[in-house]
Amino acid sequence: MKPKTLFEKVWEQHEVAPETADTPAVLYVDLHLIHEVTSPQAFAELRSQSLSVRRPDRTLATLDHSTPTDPAEVFGRVPIKVESAARQVRAMEKNCREFGVELLGLGSELRGIVHVIGPELGATQPGKTIVCGDSHTATHGAFGALAFGIGTTEVGHVLATQCLLQRRPKTLAIEVTGQLRDAVTAKDVILAIIGKIGVSGGTGQVIEYRGSAIDALSMDERMTICNMSIEAGARAGMIAPDETTFAYLKGRRFAPQGEAWDRAVERWRKLRTDSGARYDRVVEIDASKLEPMITYGTNPGMVVPITAKVPDHPSDAIHAKSLAYMGLQGGESLLGKPVQVVFVGSCTNARLSDLEQAARVLRGRKVASGVRMLVVPGSQQIKREAEARGLAQVFTDAGAEWRESGCSMCIGMNGDVVAKGQYAVSTSNRNFEGRQGSGARTLLASPLTAAAAAVAGRISDPREFLRA
Amino acid sequence: MQPISTFSSRTVVLPYTNIDTDQIIPARFLTTTTKEGLGRHAFTDWRYDANGAPKPDFALNRPEAAGCAILVAGRNFGCGSSREHAPWALLDCGFRAVVSTEIADIFRNNSLKNGLLPIVVDEQTHAWLLQNPGVSLQIDLQASTLTLPDGTAVHFPVEAFMRYCLLNGVDELGFLLQQSNAIDHYERTHMHEQTHT
Repeated sequence: MKPKTLFEKVWEQHEVAPETADTPAVLYVDLHLIHEVTSPQAFAELRSQSLSVRRPDRTLATLDHSTPTDPAEVFGRVPIKVESAARQVRAMEKNCREFGVELLGLGSELRGIVHVIGPELGATQPGKTIVCGDSHTATHGAFGALAFGIGTTEVGHVLATQCLLQRRPKTLAIEVTGQLRDAVTAKDVILAIIGKIGVSGGTGQVIEYRGSAIDALSMDERMTICNMSIEAGARAGMIAPDETTFAYLKGRRFAPQGEAWDRAVERWRKLRTDSGARYDRVVEIDASKLEPMITYGTNPGMVVPITAKVPDHPSDAIHAKSLAYMGLQGGESLLGKPVQVVFVGSCTNARLSDLEQAARVLRGRKVASGVRMLVVPGSQQIKREAEARGLAQVFTDAGAEWRESGCSMCIGMNGDVVAKGQYAVSTSNRNFEGRQGSGARTLLASPLTAAAAAVAGRISDPREFLRA
Repeated sequence: MQPISTFSSRTVVLPYTNIDTDQIIPARFLTTTTKEGLGRHAFTDWRYDANGAPKPDFALNRPEAAGCAILVAGRNFGCGSSREHAPWALLDCGFRAVVSTEIADIFRNNSLKNGLLPIVVDEQTHAWLLQNPGVSLQIDLQASTLTLPDGTAVHFPVEAFMRYCLLNGVDELGFLLQQSNAIDHYERTHMHEQTHT
């Protein structure tokens, strides 16, 4: 039999009808995650055509993007301040009630960022097809699922038929070899990858991350890598499931139990790319040469090692526009640049191990005066766990704000924003103009680098804070 | 959706590369539950000053931009989020096509589903279009060509099924609903081992 890649195996197992020259493949969706921002117009379409949700049991809903992170608002002690967001939350509650979809709503102990709770609940599993009206759906690919973002029209298609019309993408293997040095994290790896292949380097392709450096990563770290696949333009990012994956999933709420678990693991082991399988393209990265990374511009591909200077391209008008927005000069050092905001959170870096990393730097230290630091856990479960382990105490003792879960300052549509002109070191995924608020200047980095900036009040090398 | 075949329009040019969906429609306008009225917020932070007054030098605010249905933009237009609000906003501004050398995957899909044509052209054509804002172009979806003022017809790729849907005003959802027997069959034969949520 022809050797196949992980992607090919998952794709072919989900073809209700294969593609032809005239029609795309009809691809079955195992798990459809929905949230309040990209679903209301899809439910409206269902209503207008008198359609129902085909598989409510394969649909999981939560509230994360437009929801506040202030506990008083979350738990209804005061109204949600952003009025349109409150309306959107009510619309989601009504849609889920009327169409019979389980909603992990504002009061739920299981609520959280959609890409954090899918894995946490064990709903994300190897070999599944997973979609969501959200470009960071690639996160779930860390489990060997084929997971990608879709628009609202397609959300409607999946609600009504559990299927999508898709053309088969190409494959790109990113081989990461070598061992990461101290203080160099999964976030630095993915930023370096995007810096190397560019923000459209993955367009039309599904990435498979592989190699010894990937094998050595925890599930939290693998999710950080796959999460930002879209920032390289890729349709999806995947990592083959292995013992680390199985150990993570075992015993979780929606994971198979008992004998079904054993059968599932046996099935999942077969998903790995066969030896001799061909990718359309292969890129290699040596992890042992990487340093902590930080962005300096207005897309995630504008990234350098933290010790490097801002690249200088005087004849490039678009580069100049980006630097002007950021208030930076080509040739200047990023280290030492004062910052006003530090955000630890988002579907990229708000899992327990991310919070532990930030706490490593913050323990026994204070957030510098004049810096606002927001720490927003990825889910309510992570929040409780971080409180039980004393991490929340580390953050509040340091002077950081500790919030309820949600997308928060990553997207600036829920009340948590960075003010015009302020510099924010953020563990999120996008440094686009205005992403964190109109005029906000975002520098993407790891939780270690973010926490170091919070303590110093300036962009700092996290390695200086980790020496004994 | 209305069938699309041919149309002509002058162009508006945004020469920047990597125009992301956060520029096309910032997240703070996504707390809506409808598709309507997003055009006034398109490119908000580039288009209006701090007091909400239009910036006169921004391409979309110039008098000659009025009535233009073709947006020519730098490479990798529409990168970033999956928000369909981006094509909704552009359509609401009166655009019917976006022309670039590269268009991000999710934005391209979303655009096609709403009748906004994502048109990828070669670098030479693109460079000329960037340098000559306001020229009149004709777009012929049936022939998949974009015709320049000198009569040169430049071919652009369109996925066959989407092209069929756009030319005939056919809704993809209708096609998918017709597959229900195949979907039933798939569910019967493939679901035995899967854990449901």
